[in-house]
Amino acid sequence: MPQIQIPSPLRQYSGKQASVEVPAKTVGEALDGLVSQHPELKRHLYTDEGKLRAFVNVYVNDEDMRYLQKEATKLQDGDTISIVPSIAGGY
Amino acid sequence: MLKIRQPIYDEIRRHGEETYPYECCGALLGRVEGDTRTVSGSVRCRNTRTDSASDRYEIDPVEAVRIQRDARTRGLDIIGFYHSHPDHPAQWSATDLAEAHWFGCSYVITSVEKGKAALTNSFELTGTDENNKKLADEKIEVISK
Ligand SMILES: [Zn+2]
Repeated sequence: MPQIQIPSPLRQYSGKQASVEVPAKTVGEALDGLVSQHPELKRHLYTDEGKLRAFVNVYVNDEDMRYLQKEATKLQDGDTISIVPSIAGGY
Repeated sequence: MLKIRQPIYDEIRRHGEETYPYECCGALLGRVEGDTRTVSGSVRCRNTRTDSASDRYEIDPVEAVRIQRDARTRGLDIIGFYHSHPDHPAQWSATDLAEAHWFGCSYVITSVEKGKAALTNSFELTGTDENNKKLADEKIEVISK
């Protein structure tokens, strides 16, 4: 089953779990499965219009899903999905 | 509160001196107990904002993915990030707040004046979502040894 790595700021909404296993064949199914297991995560990952927030990066292993087939990206056994909010700033 | 050992504290300040006049950035690894984050290591990251590196920083998300994965295999977590402000105060800016999304983590800022590390301050990203987030002052306790 694909594993989803939850970043530290979102773990309070995933029952303190650092990784969640979700049965899924695509990234979209995995993310849907994640928010149905942990509904509180939804508003932190998605806008009110249901779009993934711009600062939420979703990686399949070391690849940004935006440069794969996005939500339709197929998952293999042993794939790891990482959710990583962006890190930036300035003065 | 952020607890950090002296060698790591020195290292993140040195990083800002080395990249001067550009901003440095990196991740802080460690553990959280209650309101205390204890840093047990830091990881230098590349500033991908080469278009405006003297006043902006950005960490490539793939670096964060790898750091997060490696930290977990060692029983650690990303507990914060650091960056420098070349010739600007060690205070968060409007951009820093707008671009901060790691709630419950520390954002450490070092001002680097004419190439020398000056003040280092830490701010915790508090709040429950993007609408009420704040960068709150937090104490840094440097542990000698
Ligand atoms: Zn800044």
